[in-house]
Amino acid sequence: MTDTTARPVLLQMRDIRIEGRSDETWTPIINGVDLTLHKGEVLGLIGESGAGKSTLGLAAMGFTRDGVRISGGSITFDGIDLVNASAEQKRQLLGKRIAYVAQSAAASFNPAHKLIDQHAEAPVAHGTATRAEAEEDGIELYRKLRLPNPDEIGFRYPHQVSGGQLQRAMVAMAMSCRPDLIIFDEPTTALDVTTQIEVLAAIRHIVAEFDTAAIYITHDLAVVAQMADRIKVLLRGDEVEESDTRSMLEQPQEDYTKSLWAVREFQRPDKPPPAVDATPVISVQGITAAYGKIDVLHDVSFDIHAGRTVAVVGESGSGKSTAARVITGLLPPRVGQVELDGETLPLDYRKRSKDQLRQVQMIYQMADTALNPRKTIGEIIGRPVQFYMGLRGRRKRDRVAELLDQIELPPETYLDRLPSELSGGQKQRIGIARALAAEPRFIICDEVTSALDQLVAEGILRLLARLQDELGLSYMFITHDLATVRSIADEVVVMKDGRVVEQGPKPEMFRPPHHPYTDLLLSSVPEMDPDWLTNLLKERGVDDIGDASADKI
Amino acid sequence: MIIAQRLALGVLTLIVVSMVIFGAVSMLPGDFAEAILGQGATPQAVAAIRRDLGLDEPAILRYFSWLGDTLRGDLGVSYAQMNFQSNMGGGDNLRTVASQIAPRFANTMFLAGVTACIAVPFAVGLGILAALFRNSAFDKAANVSTLSSISSPEFFLAYILILFLAVLNPVLPSLSNIYEGMTLSERLEKTLLPALTLTLVVTAHMMRMTRAAIINLLASPYIEMARLKGVSPMRVIVRHALPNALAPIINVVALNLAYLITGVVVVEVVFVYPGIGQLFVDSVKNRDIPVVQACCLIFAAAYILLNLTADILSILSNPRLRHPK
Repeated sequence: MTDTTARPVLLQMRDIRIEGRSDETWTPIINGVDLTLHKGEVLGLIGESGAGKSTLGLAAMGFTRDGVRISGGSITFDGIDLVNASAEQKRQLLGKRIAYVAQSAAASFNPAHKLIDQHAEAPVAHGTATRAEAEEDGIELYRKLRLPNPDEIGFRYPHQVSGGQLQRAMVAMAMSCRPDLIIFDEPTTALDVTTQIEVLAAIRHIVAEFDTAAIYITHDLAVVAQMADRIKVLLRGDEVEESDTRSMLEQPQEDYTKSLWAVREFQRPDKPPPAVDATPVISVQGITAAYGKIDVLHDVSFDIHAGRTVAVVGESGSGKSTAARVITGLLPPRVGQVELDGETLPLDYRKRSKDQLRQVQMIYQMADTALNPRKTIGEIIGRPVQFYMGLRGRRKRDRVAELLDQIELPPETYLDRLPSELSGGQKQRIGIARALAAEPRFIICDEVTSALDQLVAEGILRLLARLQDELGLSYMFITHDLATVRSIADEVVVMKDGRVVEQGPKPEMFRPPHHPYTDLLLSSVPEMDPDWLTNLLKERGVDDIGDASADKI
Repeated sequence: MIIAQRLALGVLTLIVVSMVIFGAVSMLPGDFAEAILGQGATPQAVAAIRRDLGLDEPAILRYFSWLGDTLRGDLGVSYAQMNFQSNMGGGDNLRTVASQIAPRFANTMFLAGVTACIAVPFAVGLGILAALFRNSAFDKAANVSTLSSISSPEFFLAYILILFLAVLNPVLPSLSNIYEGMTLSERLEKTLLPALTLTLVVTAHMMRMTRAAIINLLASPYIEMARLKGVSPMRVIVRHALPNALAPIINVVALNLAYLITGVVVVEVVFVYPGIGQLFVDSVKNRDIPVVQACCLIFAAAYILLNLTADILSILSNPRLRHPK
């Protein structure tokens, strides 16, 4: 990373104000932010959801989504006033000189057309290349981005290509006209760590090769540390601070920035190991389970003891959630059994007694979809209170109020609200209260923090830890985020392709030697050190990261 | 695989429909004998005609013999023809139901075909433009005019068109009497006015579905991506939204085409067009059961076949199903 601030200014935003329309009124999203980007420079834009990062990123392209408007300030791209430019003028720039890489490539590629057709669209429309040249260049870019079968992959439809590969194909598409500026809008958020690292390496490589300036939007500090020359922190539409990456990481000035940096420091003290002869609360024994005819779990076994947290980690498709479905009885396994307190549970939930059902509860990843949008909070939590505990009327109300107290939401304010009136973190707390209402011994937490911002996620983790200490709960914590594992797990189970590859107490799991897959997972988690990716690539070579490496195991 | 399943389901539906048709026709009050004899319906005469036509047999038996004949392609002989024959003598050239319906059905298909060729591109194009200029004056005008045309009775639309295109500006003939031996261009000229009337009737559905299906997709990330690549608004709609909106549009088009085959009797009457609708209504009036049943069966088959085609086309419009992993 050289000093790029000496180079000419490419993009200049001055006192930019953006408003969004909701309920017939315009509410501010961005309240006067300045932004300067030089040629060939990468600016990291970080903040939590709702901070206005994406809105600001799109505004840098002169684009606003429906129901959003730029109400003040100026945006100048290489001498062109983007606020007052006509739609036609802007269209001349978009795709050609300013390109966009979206968060979810799977959703942002048109399912009806082949990748190469979508790749060639912009160069042909802007007249920078003929169709044949654009195709040839696309294949060349696929090769540079280390996509497998670069000659052939472009002729597939999006659904025939994996997420990480699609994301790289989208980077290639953004590069198709060799733009001066690319907006990367959380391009790796939806990916597994081992896939993320490949995409990060590919982006960094190609941005440097073509000397492209970029705005890199993310909520992940460790990622932005690898990618950006400078970092700007946003909070609810205001700039908190901005400085070059190293000084931002070493000495953040503002309290908010410091709190973001400190999030990853939450760690529970290690607990003594359970007694050797203790009966585990949940014991999964030799489970093999299938969807249709295809086995997706192979001989999976692990124990979860009282008052302890077992983190089940692995990438998407490794069988973590399937294991949870087997324990809850939603997916009866082909072979094996599940014991609760030493007693064998019927495999199908329909054959379990009400008390057995009560003991095993679940909290979901997407609180948004897991709560009935038409029921009030009181009804949502009251339902299991009545169903499992048989409480009615006044006693039911008291119990719901008590549960709301436990999740640190004042009952008088929240009882009559609908889920849509709560923030993401509050909704997740309601999910927790609903699970607690059954007074279970064991709760499965399925990626419960992965849809949340780091500060909010940390609050949820602290709450879960406190409830565990107070109520003696056992958790099965499904996650792909190793930072979360580090902060709350007592034991770790690592899964890959439906098998347990390694398991043991956390302190051991984070200390070498590891199973090579565990090692790969651990080493793929970005660290706050800005040289981390550079060093890793130097150490292992571009061909030994991510999926390429995972396939060798 | 899926397609074979749909086909089998279509055949099963057709059999169920044949039962319903037969049942419903049997339950019509009065029968052919009473209808044809009118005032002079003595019990003896009625019984004689019934015996001649086999109407005195049990319904179940009649159903299966009809079904068997139909499966062999024999739709029977019209009662009216048979009666005429036995009373007046005459040659051996008994006109079967099939030969009676065939030219009428061909006329109906011709009218439906001409209408479809005008209405489908017009409605889909109008829907695309309405989606492109959504909430503009054009969009509102297109919505209001298609809605008011679908809300008006068909005969009213027909007379308005006759007034403007045949009476005030005599560019098209107001009578659509088609006969064998006409050249194609003559036929087209005669058919144009009813076809235009029907276009006005069916456009609204198809246009509004096209517009809604496209607008529904405009918030998708891939549409935003296309815009951010600098793709022109028209191309965003036609190339990026339309291919993904095809399934609902195809289904509405199929429903409207089925309507064009089965529901156009009013327009036929107004323009004196010799289609199957008129024949159907006349046969119901005369209780000429073989003809009624044959018409009903053709209508049902048209509905089932068109919906089947729509299902298959919507499956084929999905790249996930066309190109499995």
